[in-house]
Amino acid sequence: MKKYMSFFRMRFQMGLQYRTAAIAGMTTQFAWGLMEIMVFRAFYAADPAAFPMTFEATASYIWLQQAFLAIFAAWLLEPEIFDCIVSGNVAYELCRPVHIYDMWFARSMASRLSRVALRCFPILFVALLLPKPYGISTPSSAAQFAVFLITLVLSFLVSVAFYMWIYVLTFYTISPMGLRIMVASVVEFLSGGGVPLPFFPEKVQRVLEFLPFASMQNVPLRVYSGSMSQMQTQQAVALQLLWLIVLVALGRTMCDRALRRVSVQGG
Amino acid sequence: MIVMENICKTYRVQRRSAGIKEACRSLFCRDYEYIHALDNVSFTIHDGEMIGYMGPNGAGKSSTIKILSGILVPDSGKCEIDGLTPWKNRVAHVSRIGVVFGQRSQLWWDIPVIDSFELLRDIYAVPEKRYRENLEELTELLQLSELLKTPTRQLSLGQRMRCEIAAALVHSPSLLFLDEPTIGLDAVSKLAVRDFIRRQNSEHGTTVILTTHDMQDIAAIARRVILIGKGRILLDGTLDDIRREGGADDLEKAAAGLYRKLEIS
Repeated sequence: MKKYMSFFRMRFQMGLQYRTAAIAGMTTQFAWGLMEIMVFRAFYAADPAAFPMTFEATASYIWLQQAFLAIFAAWLLEPEIFDCIVSGNVAYELCRPVHIYDMWFARSMASRLSRVALRCFPILFVALLLPKPYGISTPSSAAQFAVFLITLVLSFLVSVAFYMWIYVLTFYTISPMGLRIMVASVVEFLSGGGVPLPFFPEKVQRVLEFLPFASMQNVPLRVYSGSMSQMQTQQAVALQLLWLIVLVALGRTMCDRALRRVSVQGG
Repeated sequence: MIVMENICKTYRVQRRSAGIKEACRSLFCRDYEYIHALDNVSFTIHDGEMIGYMGPNGAGKSSTIKILSGILVPDSGKCEIDGLTPWKNRVAHVSRIGVVFGQRSQLWWDIPVIDSFELLRDIYAVPEKRYRENLEELTELLQLSELLKTPTRQLSLGQRMRCEIAAALVHSPSLLFLDEPTIGLDAVSKLAVRDFIRRQNSEHGTTVILTTHDMQDIAAIARRVILIGKGRILLDGTLDDIRREGGADDLEKAAAGLYRKLEIS
C-alpha cells in the first residue's frame, strides 16, 4: 500500500507545481460557468415552470461542476500513460514490483485531485459571493452536505475506474486518439456534463441514470442542489458502488490479459 | 542463476511496399510476415557473471532482455531465474532485478531526480538505512551530487544516463540488465559507467548482462560473450573466441567479420 501512496504523493506534488495552468484553468472555468448560467437564465425567463430544477439549483449545479471539473472531466487523461504505452516506455513500468493497474489508478487519482485542490476553492469562494439566484446556494443541512461529500468521492472513484479502461484498451489499439475523442464526447453528454440529466426526456433519463456515466458526475451535483429525493439518493449511491466494483474488477482482469499479450513497442 | 531453455518468440510483422497503390491494396489485404525473433535460445548464467550479449541489429537481443525481465511472454520454452519464471512470478522476480534501457527513461521528467529515487525506494520497499548507504555510494561513484536536485528534463544525456543507472541500483538488485547503457555518451561518461559497472560486480557480486553494439563496452566489462544472430545463439565463449572466429585482433573488426561469416547481418 505504501508504494501506491508514495506514487500518489509524487504525482500530487507534481500536479501542484503548475501554477499558471491552474490560474488559466480557473479563469476558463469561471467564464464558462457564468456563460452557462446566462444561457439558462434566458431559458428560465421564457418559462420557469418548464424546467425540472429551480434556477437556483441549476446555478449551484453549474458552479459545483466547474469547481470540481477535474474530478470527472473526460479530457483530463494522463498523457504520460498514453505516451509510455505508445512509445514502449511501459517496459520500465513493467519492471517494477507493483500492479500496473493499481499504480495507474493511484496516478490518475493524484493528478485529478491535485488539479481540483488548486482550483476548487477560489471558484467556490467567488460563486458563494455572487448575488442570490446566480451564485451557489449553501447546502440545506449538514447531513445533506455529508451525503454530497460521499457521493462526490464515489463519483471520483467511478470516473477514475472508467477512464482506466481507456488506458487498458490503448494496449490493443496502440493509438489512443480515437478512443479518447469518442469517450470524451459520449461521457460528457451522458453524464450530465453539458445539460443536467433531469433536463432529458423522462424515459431517456430513466435509462441514463442506470448507466455508469450518471454515477460519474450527475449524482453529487444533484444531491448538493437538493433535486433528488432520499429514495433516489440511496439508489444512486448503491448504483455508484456497484459500478465502482464492476469497473475496477473488470478493468483489472482486462489489464492482466492485456499485459500477457502486450508487445512493447520499439527496440 | 539464470537458465534459459529452448525459448522461442515469433512476431507478426506487417509488410507492404511503398506507394499509394500499395497503401490502398493493404486496406483490403494485408501481408504479414512471421519473424522468428528467438529460435530455441538456451543458455545458463551463473551468479556474479558479467555477460556481453552481442549481435547485429534485430538479432533478438532486446527480446531476450524483455523475456528475462518478465515483460515479454515467449511462445514456448522454459526460463528460470533463481527458481522463478519471470513472466509468471513477475512481481516477485522484478523486485530482485535492475534494468536500464538506454533508449528509454525511468526518471520523472518534470521533477528533481532525487524525488524519482525516493519513489523507487518506496516501490521496492528499501529500508531507509540501506537506501541512504546505496544513495551515498551511487552519488559518489557516479558523481551525482550536483544532479540530484535538478529536474530530469534539464539534464544532458550523459548526466541523465548516470542517473538512470543509479536509479536501477537503488534497491541493490542481484541481477542487472543493461540494454545499451552507453548509447550517446561522451568518452568520460563512458569510462565512468564502465568502471562503475565493474565495481558493482566485484563489490556486490551483481550479475550483469549487457547488450551493446559498442565492442569497447564489451571488452571492458564482459568476461563471457554470447553472440546471437537471427534469433539463434551462435557463439558462447570468451573475447578471444570472438577474435579467433572473426579473424581479427581488433574486436570491432572481429565482430564485423564474424557477422559476415555467419551471414547474420
